[in-house]
Amino acid sequence: MRLLSALPGLLVGCILLGLLLKSRGVLSMQPLSRLLFSTAWKPLKGQFGLLAFLSGTLWVTLAAMILAVPISLLTAVYLSEFAPRFLRGLAKPLIDLLAGIPSVVFGVWGVLLIVPFVARIAPLFGAYSSGYSVLAGAIVLAIMIFPTIILVSLEVFTAVSRDLRDASLALGATRWETVKHVVLRKGAQGLIAAVVLGFSRAFGETMAVLMVVGNVARLPHSLFDPAYPLPALIVNHYGEMMSIPQTESALMFSALVLLLIVFVFNFAARLILTRVERRIQ
Amino acid sequence: MNNSSHLRIRNLSISFGDQQVLKNVSLDVADRRITVIVGPSGCGKTTLLKSLNRLLDSVDDVHISGHIFVDDDDIYDPKVEVTRVRKKMGLLSQKPQVLPMSIFDNIAYGPRLHGVRNRKALAAIVERELHAAGLWDEVKDRLHAPAARLSVGQQQRLCLARGLAVEPEIILGDEPTSALDPQSSRIVEERLIALKADYTVIVVTHILRQARRIADDIAFLYLGELVEHGPASEIFAAPRDPRTRSYFSGEIS
Amino acid sequence: MGFRRRKWEERVFRVLMAASTFIVLGSLLMILGTVVIKALPALNLDMITRTPEGGFYLGKAGGIKNAILGSLYLASGATLLAVLLSLPIALYINTYSMRSKAWAVQVRFFLDVLWGVPSIVYGAFGFIVMTLLGMRASLLAGILTVALLELPIMARAMDEVIRLVPSALIDASASLGASRLQTALRVVLRQSLPGILTAMLIAFGRGIGDAASVLFTAGFTDHVPTSLTQPAATLSLAIFFQLGSPIPEVRARAYASAAVLTLIILLVSLAARALSRKLRKHIIP
Repeated sequence: MRLLSALPGLLVGCILLGLLLKSRGVLSMQPLSRLLFSTAWKPLKGQFGLLAFLSGTLWVTLAAMILAVPISLLTAVYLSEFAPRFLRGLAKPLIDLLAGIPSVVFGVWGVLLIVPFVARIAPLFGAYSSGYSVLAGAIVLAIMIFPTIILVSLEVFTAVSRDLRDASLALGATRWETVKHVVLRKGAQGLIAAVVLGFSRAFGETMAVLMVVGNVARLPHSLFDPAYPLPALIVNHYGEMMSIPQTESALMFSALVLLLIVFVFNFAARLILTRVERRIQ
Repeated sequence: MNNSSHLRIRNLSISFGDQQVLKNVSLDVADRRITVIVGPSGCGKTTLLKSLNRLLDSVDDVHISGHIFVDDDDIYDPKVEVTRVRKKMGLLSQKPQVLPMSIFDNIAYGPRLHGVRNRKALAAIVERELHAAGLWDEVKDRLHAPAARLSVGQQQRLCLARGLAVEPEIILGDEPTSALDPQSSRIVEERLIALKADYTVIVVTHILRQARRIADDIAFLYLGELVEHGPASEIFAAPRDPRTRSYFSGEIS
Repeated sequence: MGFRRRKWEERVFRVLMAASTFIVLGSLLMILGTVVIKALPALNLDMITRTPEGGFYLGKAGGIKNAILGSLYLASGATLLAVLLSLPIALYINTYSMRSKAWAVQVRFFLDVLWGVPSIVYGAFGFIVMTLLGMRASLLAGILTVALLELPIMARAMDEVIRLVPSALIDASASLGASRLQTALRVVLRQSLPGILTAMLIAFGRGIGDAASVLFTAGFTDHVPTSLTQPAATLSLAIFFQLGSPIPEVRARAYASAAVLTLIILLVSLAARALSRKLRKHIIP
């Protein structure tokens, strides 16, 4: 059984190794800097610049975070500190349900509702858009990461002792002031971890975003431009993996880059959370 | 019971869900004396204390009936603004609850909330209350260090200073020394005795020896009922109720 | 700060908070509502019991039986495989490893890492292994990949449940002379069985809904797979491939797939919740 328990470690190693080995092809063709910082994606000419895709991922993910973080934190604070008990009991299972909805279903909803919505509001901002845009991806992605940030934040708030809140209230603070000055401050590190976890989840999210974001390989310059995130690249070109040389290698390299970024953020979040947990004990 | 009552509890009954914790408690708390509430664990002492500054308001399923008058105003009157009630009372919890900020900010927290913005005024308040709590000499050089770095005994005195900074009339202590080492306990007790000259002090404790040391008046609570109360010297010398006698002799705890 | 201003600030934020909560819960209702509204006209007995005819992308007639059964086979197989791997791991790090705490910490760390791996990376890795072993896109390849996806989710959930078994209980069993294996199996398993089943359900729900991991590995087909080496259609890919079709009947199949998939996940979620409520009753504190 001890051998089996080594499986997780082995798996991590194999995944990293496998992706690395498969990336050798494209890494030997082009220097790392060109792969990461060039926008020239022309597989037939052997050019695999990933900048447009990295940029696309960043645009969509950051926009999604800007939407998701305030809404998630406000919701978590409300559920933890202000909501009547029945609402708290009702909301948690619903949020769990939201977390369980598959990516493609979010994509369907995005295509049906969000894409036309974005197309309709774009002229209000002086832009023209088919609706397939960074904004559409950001909205759908934001909703997908609500549960991640909310549920971790709720745990953080639960860890703040009732007596501490009472101490603030006893000095004549209102409930909101207690939240602002005491609860949020005490839970700040945990909340940062929640946001980082949300970011990492958003970064790796594939299908829903792919279905609404337009998949045009150019650097986006506004929220209404289409984008082409890295995971979408892997999905859309897998058909050419066998036909165009080194495409498979380039896609595996993209997967490796994605994995490493997600890994770093997850690691940081876990580190913060375990430090927070330890301090409470 | 001599001089005026600062706080009057009338027919207070509190239950959480189906469980009734306080049964029809009526008590007069005298002004500028230390009233100690004693009783075995689970008898409702902390609940009684927390009801005085309406900290039970947000507990799920709580049912409170009766009246508590502070200087003739019923604090449970629905028209009363609860933060004003709480400002009149300072609370010391069992485990020192330092706010996640510096020593200075901890004490300035209350005054800032209530409108004091002037830096010099705040500094004066901080210094004054740290003196009152007997902590000034130990922290005067590091007022802006995080309060969490203080020892437990120092933290509790910080909480005392913080509570005094909002200029309350009444100080409430919920087993304020049970988490402290003997020396810090002694200092806190000394401070409370010194403070009764200007404040009304109500302390809950399960340590009978502490009650003997600091109490002017004593109230004995058992299973949610106020069994008997009166000047400490009288009650300790000659308890009237058999339950009180059992508690003092150590048979029930 | 004047008291009125403090009250006003609290009121403003209360409104913002309520609005945010409304947005979050409202999105859920919107999504479920959209799925229901679009799928209702498309769902009928035919849809569930027939396979698509004339090609899943262009053919007009037929239903999504291929995807429903494909998904169920795949997710069930993957969950089973994942259990065979996760359960021993979770048991091991909680019982045998009591002495070498460092090992358990390491295993948990790697499980955490695996938990964060995006499903597209599992798909890519599955593809690598598939080509290495000479397999073609098939039910088996899909099962292996999704099992990898489910492993960290399941192992972590099981770990959390088994951790709750008080060590006093394990010590008591050991002191009665039971060997370590017997202790593990009898005492711990029985105590945490509902939690283990809940972990399986949670992982199943995750596995059946995922598209990125099966995209490269399970293939797609009009037929219901009759052997492990055949490609298998999945509900998630059925949505993905058929949503953009110009033919309305094909699109209807995409919506129907979305509804069936959501329904399955809803049922699994309810079952998991009901189980974990049962769990709370039977735990020895």
